[in-house]
Amino acid sequence: MGNRTIKVETMSRVEGEGGLYIRLSGDVVDEVRLEIYEPPRLFEALLRGRPLEDTPDITARICGICPVAYQMSSVHALESALEVTVSPEIRRLRRLLYCGEWIESHGLHMHLLHAPDFLGFDSGLEMAKQFPDEVNRGLRLKKHGNQLVDLLGGRAIHPINVCVGGFYRLPKRKEFQTLIADFEWGLGAAIETTRWVAGFDFPDFETDCDYISLSHPDEYPMNEGVMKTSGGDLIEVSHYEEEFEERQVPHSTALHAIRKSTGRPYLLGPLSRVNLNRDKLAPASRKLADEIGLEPLCRNPHKAIIARGLEIVHAYEEALTILRGDQPQGKSRETYEYQAGEGMAATEAPRGTLFHRYVVDEAGKIVEACIIPPTSQNQAQIEADLKQWISHVISEDEQETARKCENLVRAYDPCISCSTHFLKVKIERS
Amino acid sequence: MGKPKLGVFKFASCDGCQLSLLDAEDQLLAVADAVEIRHFPEASSRMEAGPYDIALVEGSITTPHDAERIQQIRRDAKFLMTIGACATSGGIQALRNGADTAEFMRAVYASPEYIQVLDKSTPIAEHVKVDFELRGCPINQYQLIEVIQSLLAGRNPRTPRHSVCLDCKRRGTVCVTVAQGTPCLGPVTQSGCNAICPSYHRGCYGCYGPAAQPNLVSLSTHALNEGASAAEVSHNLRNFNVYAPAFRNESQRLTDQIKEQN
Repeated sequence: MGNRTIKVETMSRVEGEGGLYIRLSGDVVDEVRLEIYEPPRLFEALLRGRPLEDTPDITARICGICPVAYQMSSVHALESALEVTVSPEIRRLRRLLYCGEWIESHGLHMHLLHAPDFLGFDSGLEMAKQFPDEVNRGLRLKKHGNQLVDLLGGRAIHPINVCVGGFYRLPKRKEFQTLIADFEWGLGAAIETTRWVAGFDFPDFETDCDYISLSHPDEYPMNEGVMKTSGGDLIEVSHYEEEFEERQVPHSTALHAIRKSTGRPYLLGPLSRVNLNRDKLAPASRKLADEIGLEPLCRNPHKAIIARGLEIVHAYEEALTILRGDQPQGKSRETYEYQAGEGMAATEAPRGTLFHRYVVDEAGKIVEACIIPPTSQNQAQIEADLKQWISHVISEDEQETARKCENLVRAYDPCISCSTHFLKVKIERS
Repeated sequence: MGKPKLGVFKFASCDGCQLSLLDAEDQLLAVADAVEIRHFPEASSRMEAGPYDIALVEGSITTPHDAERIQQIRRDAKFLMTIGACATSGGIQALRNGADTAEFMRAVYASPEYIQVLDKSTPIAEHVKVDFELRGCPINQYQLIEVIQSLLAGRNPRTPRHSVCLDCKRRGTVCVTVAQGTPCLGPVTQSGCNAICPSYHRGCYGCYGPAAQPNLVSLSTHALNEGASAAEVSHNLRNFNVYAPAFRNESQRLTDQIKEQN
């Protein structure tokens, strides 16, 4: 048998566009490339010279699905540069906003992008004909996430209410109360959804990979913490760029990340967060994880859909606690003086840890920006896992092989717009 | 006659505008049922070639490959509609227009030679005829659904061209410029967002691009009289619709003025 390539020109049901290229000699995999040719938009360059206040509005535009994550990492990093500490009230509201984004993003991925792979459909819209209740329930969950971001952020996509120091305006308690009944229903529905996806037929597949996420002593990680690894290491966010390295590869407009000390790729995202912080999930979510029998360290990437379900449940529980709380009090934002400096922050985007670093000058202008999105960090791990996966799914039917490879990539919920865009799946054999 | 064939295409963008379609949770299944989705990679693995009755195009043209790709989409599409600020005016990435793109590339990539980009980020209409432009960064999902429904009913789509100012008056929002002296692009920005920013105590920053007949010189003059610098006034026009002619020209006029004074 000679060499062959398997190609998927445009991968579907992923955020942004890209492809997959696999080259085989016989049945041995020579090369796997997750190809990201989304045109570069050069955000880090175009932020330079702008007032630092522009940053959350501009970085939001890196991704229409997770704009809150970009806003959160940017405001935390800039506040660190300005040595501003926000009030517990603002911190609580930022977590609430993040809950909305997790519900919306995970709800979209689970129902419209990922579940069709397990049930044999081309799209969630087609799946809706046979599974109307499940899809409608998913759309309602997704809508709740959007409603929450809309209420607190002003709109669901590219919210306008986030600023360095806090918010332009605090929400009113009566606005919160309009959501409580829906969210009470949503919590139950999210539990049902998670039970539903946990019952899917998962391929018997495990990968040897390092899981990394933020971790916090008192709470499930979102806005702050230290980086924790499945090997038991703890890494301060301020050491991020010393610990992880982004390398440019010819086939991609996204940079590839590895951990310098191990020379290995690593995985961020919901599976890593649940693996490393399961004890910090809110009670119903934690109980559900036990009930469905999720392994303490789940190494099957296909099961990330269960981790997303557990995180939606967690987000509903945490959001309800905040929504039922008191009227937000105090200043809507902290004031600050400009000072030259550097600040870094990492927060947990739906797809994994998102790192930002900024250098600002004494006039409040951005001098340098560095943004490391989760998908570009995951890309090398996705390729390594694909290499292993191919030996499980290789057959003479190239279309089927390509489809199964695409299924695995989708399990990571790659956000190609974030990492810059364009996936292609091609398999080459000769 | 079968259902109208729909294609959704992406260029340089954040995905937010096509996401607006999936975010129309209440109408999504009905819309999906009324059309035949032939190309919408974000939503479906079923991808078929044209022709398309309706093509929704998100994103701006920034690479030589994309400049060719849009030509084929135009040939395949009966009605081509751009969705959002990137497709309609070049988007935030058009900030590099007039700057040194090669230097920008070096700032982001260690080996910029691997990646081919054009010097400018340009709107779709600079490349092919566009039948309708839906504004916004992001677009308004209700406007999107309304426009699609108009097309399905055989009507010409229309969206209001008045300024955000009028929407603030309608909502009863106190003017942030008059009351707090906050700079606001509301008087010159097209309606569509429902005037959100002033209701959150901040000025409009122009997501929907220039309104019909915007009087930018008058707004700049007012801001300058209130004590803003020409650099600040010019800067406020330089974001998501920086390459829209009205914003671009006024920003340039102010920049030229600064140069003359120095």
